[in-house]
Amino acid sequence: MDVTLLLDMVIGGLIMGGLYALIAVGLSLQYGVARVLNVSHGEFIMLGAFATYSLYTLFGINPLLSLVISGPLVLMIGFVIHMTLFQRLRSSSKSMAAFEGNSLLAAFGLLFIIQNAALLVYGPDIKGYSYLDNTVNLFEALFAANRLVALLFAVVIGVTFYLFLVRTRLGKGIRAAAQDMNTAQLMGVNIRRVLGLCFGLGALMAGIAGSLMSMIFEITPQMGLPYTIIAIIAVVLGGLGNILGSLVGGLILGLIGNIVMYIHPGLSLIAYYILFLLLLLVKPTGILGK
Amino acid sequence: MDSVGRTIPKRFLSLVLLFLALILFAAAPRYASPYHIIQLTSIFMYIVLTVSWAVFSGPTQYMSLASAAFFGIGIYISAILGKVLFLPVVIGLGGLISFLLALLVGLSSLRLRGMYFTIFTFGLSELIRHFVLWWEVNETGTVGRWVVGVNPKVVYYVMLIIVLMTLAAAYIIKRSKFGLALRSIGESEEAADHIGINVNAVKIITFAISTFFMGAAGAIMATRWTYIDPSIAFNPLFSFMPVLMAIFGGIGHIYGQILGAAVLTLLADVLLTKFPYYYMLLYGIILVSVIVFLPQGVIGLEGKVKGLWKGELAK
Amino acid sequence: MRILEGEGVKKYFGGLAAVAHVDFYINQGEIVGLIGPNGAGKTTLFNLISGSLAPTSGIIRFKDENITGLKPHQICKRGMARTFQLVKLFGEMTVLENTLLGFLFGTGTVVSNSKAKRESLELLEFVGLSAMKKVLGKELTIANQKRLEVARALATKPELLLLDEVMAGLNPTEIAQGTELIRKIRDKGITIFMIEHVMKAIMDISDRIIVLHYGEKIAEGTPEEIAENRAVIEVYLGT
Repeated sequence: MDVTLLLDMVIGGLIMGGLYALIAVGLSLQYGVARVLNVSHGEFIMLGAFATYSLYTLFGINPLLSLVISGPLVLMIGFVIHMTLFQRLRSSSKSMAAFEGNSLLAAFGLLFIIQNAALLVYGPDIKGYSYLDNTVNLFEALFAANRLVALLFAVVIGVTFYLFLVRTRLGKGIRAAAQDMNTAQLMGVNIRRVLGLCFGLGALMAGIAGSLMSMIFEITPQMGLPYTIIAIIAVVLGGLGNILGSLVGGLILGLIGNIVMYIHPGLSLIAYYILFLLLLLVKPTGILGK
Repeated sequence: MDSVGRTIPKRFLSLVLLFLALILFAAAPRYASPYHIIQLTSIFMYIVLTVSWAVFSGPTQYMSLASAAFFGIGIYISAILGKVLFLPVVIGLGGLISFLLALLVGLSSLRLRGMYFTIFTFGLSELIRHFVLWWEVNETGTVGRWVVGVNPKVVYYVMLIIVLMTLAAAYIIKRSKFGLALRSIGESEEAADHIGINVNAVKIITFAISTFFMGAAGAIMATRWTYIDPSIAFNPLFSFMPVLMAIFGGIGHIYGQILGAAVLTLLADVLLTKFPYYYMLLYGIILVSVIVFLPQGVIGLEGKVKGLWKGELAK
Repeated sequence: MRILEGEGVKKYFGGLAAVAHVDFYINQGEIVGLIGPNGAGKTTLFNLISGSLAPTSGIIRFKDENITGLKPHQICKRGMARTFQLVKLFGEMTVLENTLLGFLFGTGTVVSNSKAKRESLELLEFVGLSAMKKVLGKELTIANQKRLEVARALATKPELLLLDEVMAGLNPTEIAQGTELIRKIRDKGITIFMIEHVMKAIMDISDRIIVLHYGEKIAEGTPEEIAENRAVIEVYLGT
């Protein structure tokens, strides 16, 4: 096979995979720890994307720099939503299964709210801006600079977060809570704050991915749902509750999706769904799950 | 069973009310405006979706998000075969094919519990939607189909019949041995298995029966919309709304499910007419409020109010 | 007659042997105890017998019929019932409804609602829960919950009853009542196989005791023999 084509597929796949990995880790934090299957996850991606878009088109702020603003903003929104909405559902739900069901439905309502609020503010049209769209020659394959930068940032943020989860005390507490809430609580982890933080961090990941995406793709207020689906698939692929696994899951999906795209463009989403359903039937605990 | 003495008047009253309502609805097309007939048809549609969803998902606690798939299949059967076959046959086929697909889905997703089952059903519904879309784009060349139109009054009556069938089925299942078995599965599937209930068979059959009515409803609704495409037919809203409606009204009782479907459908209509720009946003806020403030549904409110009242009297 | 027997029963989870080659038998009319330290594989063995799990290898025979691999509801209809270590009641249903379900589904014959109800009331009388018949399962005390689980199991008209730590969490009075109830059940002709940690109860009541450790049978015999068995003493007291 042509090396250029291979490189194109692989690096292209990694670019998407890197973004998917961030999104997947975000959802994994929200489901694995806070036990909220956040079907409005994609809307936080959209929020990040539009925040960066607005900051660039209105104030001329460099998209990469705007992460410093859009990131914490989305984090706060996520944190507050959890502390008010989902925390309340936690206390009122009769069982964990009931809570998961209720929070799924509440997240669906959130999807409605966030998406339509954005529609009211921005309108349904496709928006976009140009930033770093000159092409770069990498080993004979051509890539847009913004995509490579996005990949770079995704990798840096991903690695930073990985180190946070593995090396810091708070990170370990979060991973412990994802594995076993009760034991983590017994070991002194302040559950309410950790849950809120995890949800917020999950939103942060989505927001960052969205900001990076706004550099590469065109955006609309309705862009979110497909990415939510991809995140869910990646999380199941990596094993529900396995935060690091979802990172790998996102990368795998990005690669697969890119390869399928070369074979037949419209089929990648269908390929994802088939993979997803087969996975649930054969090994629901995921490739990396127990 | 012990309180038979107290429930006879209550049941008699319900039957009388039902009979009166039936007469009212049967006569409606003569006296009501076309707009109201269409509105009632929509309400009936959501009642069918909500009550049939709750037949399985209510007692067993397996939250299915695949209602859109079965509803949509009914719609597409109508679109494809409506030109060639009589309406009643098409509707029956819509129901039958949904039933068969549901049997298949049930058999394959047996081992899945809780959230896994829910996301499986959601993924399945979305897969069907995307597949049909891809098929139409790549194989048939045109997206969407035109459906042979049918007199709105006929649609109304057919839907009314389907509602009655759904309610009858739901009631019979709930009050029978089967209904008890379903509830026990929801409480403890393993214990149910150990006292002789063939858990897999009960789950699959109930699930399939519930989807029959969804398919039939879809088949008739297609004739009212006349133009359909995958995003209309398999819209995820048709999966989520029945769940929210059932919860809003009170998932444990059939009249709660009916209430939830009727109220939320009317509400959506009112919001659409009064706040054309904001109605989706408002609807979302209402949905979230329902989940947060009414976990037992409106029916549960009655219990809460009674409790408060008793508390007051005790003082 | 051997009402239940197992040959070479093994259950592996991944590389770990929860039950590592166990041969056992239960005679009709016996009360057999199953003891062993935590993690010895007792509940796993029950799960294999009742059909919750399929053995990795080995055969289980009930009334001379090979029931290996059958589903719980099929085994139930053949005359075996069980209770669970963590009580699995139908919490939102009444005591009467819990028992009724057993009669309606578990006996292998079709029963009319009125007959089932009559027999349920008799059964509740037998276990001592008549006064509570309209109480919801989740509102019962732990002792009564266990009683209800036994009633529900008995409603399926079993010939063999598996009891999994039915005395756990009970105070001495309740334990005495429980022991009494078990005797009454045996007097009705039902064979009993019970897992227990409450040593006094099981030593008092069992005709025979089987001891498991790390998934293997390390001893078997009358309570007296077991009490003096070196291997058993070591396992429980540690060396």
